[in-house]
Amino acid sequence: MADYSWPEADRRAQIGARPARLDGAVKSTGFAKYPSDQNPNGLLAAKILTCPHAHARIVGIDTSAAEAMPGVRVVQVIQGEGSEIQWAGDEVAAVAAVTEDVARDALRAIRVDYEVLSHFVTEEDRDGAPGARPAGERAEGDPDAAFATAHRTVERTLGMPQMAHMCLEPHGQVCSWDGDELEVHASTQAVSTLAGQFATELGVPASQVRIRTEYMGGGFGSKFSPDRWGIVGAELARKAGAPVKLFLERDQEVTVAGSRPSAFARIRAAADEQGRLVAWDSDSWGSGGLPGTGQTPLPYVFSRLPNRRTRHTSVPTNLAGSRAWRAPNHPQACFLTMAVLDDLADELGLDPIDFLDRNLDLTGRPDTYREQLAIAAEMASWKERWQPRGREREGAIQRGLGVSVHTWGGRGHSSNCDVTVHPDGAVEARIGSQDIGTGTRTIVAQVLAETFGLELHQVRVSLGDNVYPQSGPSGGSSTVGGVTASTRRAAQDALREVLVHVAPRLAAEPEQLVAEGGRVFVDGDSSRGMSWREAAAQIGGAPISVQGRNPGPGRLISSGVGGVQIAEVEVDTDTGVVHVERMIAVQDCGLIINRRLAESQVYGGLIMGVGYALYEEWIPDPVSGRLLNADMEFYKLAGLVDVGSLEVHMMTGPGYDERGVIGLGEPPVISPGAAISNAVANAIGVRVPYLPLTPDRVLDALAGRGGPA
Amino acid sequence: MRPFGYAAPATVEQAVGLLAAEGSEALAGGTDLLSLLKDDVERVDRLVALRGVAGLSGIELDGGMLRIGAMTTLQELRDHEDAIAALPALAVAIDGVASPQLRAMGTVGGDLLQRPRCWYYRRGFGLLALTGDGRSMVAGGDNRYHAIFPTGQARFVSPSSLAPLLVALEAEAVVHGPAGERRLPVEALYRAPRTGGERETTLAPGELLVGVEADVTGSRSAVYEVRQRRSLDWPLMAAAVTLTGSGPRAEKARIVLGHAAPTPHVASAAGDFLSGRELTSETVTAAGDAAVEGARPMSGNHYKVQLARTAVRRALGQAAGMEI
Repeated sequence: MADYSWPEADRRAQIGARPARLDGAVKSTGFAKYPSDQNPNGLLAAKILTCPHAHARIVGIDTSAAEAMPGVRVVQVIQGEGSEIQWAGDEVAAVAAVTEDVARDALRAIRVDYEVLSHFVTEEDRDGAPGARPAGERAEGDPDAAFATAHRTVERTLGMPQMAHMCLEPHGQVCSWDGDELEVHASTQAVSTLAGQFATELGVPASQVRIRTEYMGGGFGSKFSPDRWGIVGAELARKAGAPVKLFLERDQEVTVAGSRPSAFARIRAAADEQGRLVAWDSDSWGSGGLPGTGQTPLPYVFSRLPNRRTRHTSVPTNLAGSRAWRAPNHPQACFLTMAVLDDLADELGLDPIDFLDRNLDLTGRPDTYREQLAIAAEMASWKERWQPRGREREGAIQRGLGVSVHTWGGRGHSSNCDVTVHPDGAVEARIGSQDIGTGTRTIVAQVLAETFGLELHQVRVSLGDNVYPQSGPSGGSSTVGGVTASTRRAAQDALREVLVHVAPRLAAEPEQLVAEGGRVFVDGDSSRGMSWREAAAQIGGAPISVQGRNPGPGRLISSGVGGVQIAEVEVDTDTGVVHVERMIAVQDCGLIINRRLAESQVYGGLIMGVGYALYEEWIPDPVSGRLLNADMEFYKLAGLVDVGSLEVHMMTGPGYDERGVIGLGEPPVISPGAAISNAVANAIGVRVPYLPLTPDRVLDALAGRGGPA
Repeated sequence: MRPFGYAAPATVEQAVGLLAAEGSEALAGGTDLLSLLKDDVERVDRLVALRGVAGLSGIELDGGMLRIGAMTTLQELRDHEDAIAALPALAVAIDGVASPQLRAMGTVGGDLLQRPRCWYYRRGFGLLALTGDGRSMVAGGDNRYHAIFPTGQARFVSPSSLAPLLVALEAEAVVHGPAGERRLPVEALYRAPRTGGERETTLAPGELLVGVEADVTGSRSAVYEVRQRRSLDWPLMAAAVTLTGSGPRAEKARIVLGHAAPTPHVASAAGDFLSGRELTSETVTAAGDAAVEGARPMSGNHYKVQLARTAVRRALGQAAGMEI
């Protein structure tokens, strides 16, 4: 048999097809039990008391009244007297009680005396930040000389604020103890690694911690660890001798459970007379809450730009620390870079697509981008419809087009998968991965079905449990590469064992046999074969069980993708309201396992992208230091009617398929902020320097040009 | 939730009697009050449920007089073809309450008397949101959604969807209290509180809003709301206009802003300017400018002045059937 590899295009039954996700029906009808749906007998509800001050010291804490309340089982102090609290929303105490309402009432009965200290939460104010510190400076070439001789230079100060992950299912878990054995139904992106983290904190062997995540309601990079509420939940359950459900309230979810760092920058970029980028100088800063933040990759995509200097300042604030947010640092870097390049193209009098095209040799994948730019332009009728800035129409409503390019890695993570073939022909895979909504369950089933020549309903996939073989956390768009590679290797090995048993019956060598269309037969002579069921019966009385691993032999995966997006917007210049009319996304991700799910990832990225381009931001109050929009009322997400028409083109076929499987969850969310901002600039003739593109910011930009307001 | 009593009266008289007790609060659709209680922003000793009170709901169109019971749901009003035909602007105002669930549960009285959405108030800092030493958290903080016509320290905005239109129409509120029925202009239901203890409405303890009445003949009305999102979202600014008389000339114009001030803000200078004038592109633009005369925006809401101008201009254009 051949080495570990994917079947050739003309022999694929499942790979590249568009089956619906296997759990779509149970999810959409509510039968799927998420971790927050778990209600074991005797369940207690837990709630966490948080600090209302952005910076304070706990002077005293009295839990006696809460402890005395009927229905309260356990009260636990998380941060006691003397603790210094560094952000509003930090955890102070927890209560487990018979109902959520009793637990909430008990929180109100806990008296905490604080010494309130000074705070700083206005991240864009680098000069006023008490803890701002240099965080990296790099230079290459001679930027000063290059600027001095450049044909055109633009200078902009741009930025985007911190924003929340806003998982629909909040962070949390249900913890149940049976003696020294802990079972946790966790809403997590890291089933295999969570047990060890719980075990260390709780002082039990990791072998006694079971983690289960059959389904979960969104993570986006914010759900990789047990977190303090996970450990506290387990401790409350141990003390109460009863299972405890602890999920964050919505305001906690927004405030402490996940945010994306901000990024601001003063950028100069220059080009020569041929429209070639010759110099870059960026002075950037940003905050990820108390830890500050690292440098964003500038200049983005066009990273081989000669003569560049980048400086970064980290700005710590009294806000909860940021977490990885879908394509960490990339949406920020993309916006900062593509907005400046778009303005430079305008300064040069060039169509921005033409300008990007002239500079593609400064990127890591010029051929891919060139092809994608052409496809995207065609889809948008760019040549016919794009107009340079300053040719606005009569009336208040203006339209514009904007373009952006992005990149991502997406190499598969470490993964192990057990595949078992039963003598009755049943096939199953067990894998300690999690399906965080991307369709991992369906993808694994497709690889199994492809390998054994079966239909999807003939294979079974079990995942979301740490008793299954270790498979990596779902981050960095690494899941699809990891799980397909381990599953494919295990399935190919298991099939090979079956074929060894079958070969004598067909008077053939195992290497001559293939499994396709529910049969095993001699390749090239389908009459010499038998049904899959008959073939499986040849293995004897015991099932065959094989583990596959990634990394492993064979070229099944790779990394590095490019994407191009075009946004079309409508701007009401009398109100500053921006509406996205249309988003076009052209994306590659190597070999696509499931076209429907791949497109679905891109749609999701575009929807989330419209959200942060137009609406989403943390709004910390300079006076109280608290978030003023830790809710779903003024923390605005894009609704269906806000996202416009979404059109997706996946790059497939020769040049892409043979690269193997590459992750896709993150790249499509990188460009929308930049593409939409560029479209707004194209519509109204002036750059709105900040995201999200709210009416006040749009009107301010127009006013700077002599418009209204 | 803190414990509270619950009474379910059957008549307006019983309800009024129950509401006269200190700490009693009327419960209509409950779409907001229950959240306020759960979040511990407001506290009550007793909720007086109005759902079982006879005679509080219903819509009547009698000649040109539109009478709407306070417990009529927004959806019932939206579905009342005669009322909408007589006052099409109602549809715009109701559709702005953008979730079907809220329209199904929320009532006309509840919309008119709903508490402000100010994020300081909703976080327990009080309606005026003053610091211990009397400084305004709103003025010093983030006020992007706050008043451009603050009154004293009242810097929140009146959130009602229906009030600007009813005030523009010079509708009357019918109120029952211990002393019987009284009628007052809808406009007079509202006030800007001067102290933290005051409400933003003028109803006395024991008083119950039972309905509103408006003469909808001989005038043209329109509502224009500026929203950032097309999906569920509060308006950033709203304008309601009522033009009396037909033809290009407005005999009298009433222009009212919502989400602009602690009360529905009657832009009297704009109304006076337009009264007796022909509506043209120039005069409606001038009316929009007049509507924001005296605006005192804060650090983060200058843009709302421009939104108010635009909302007035566009509402006038719609009322007059003009392309603006």
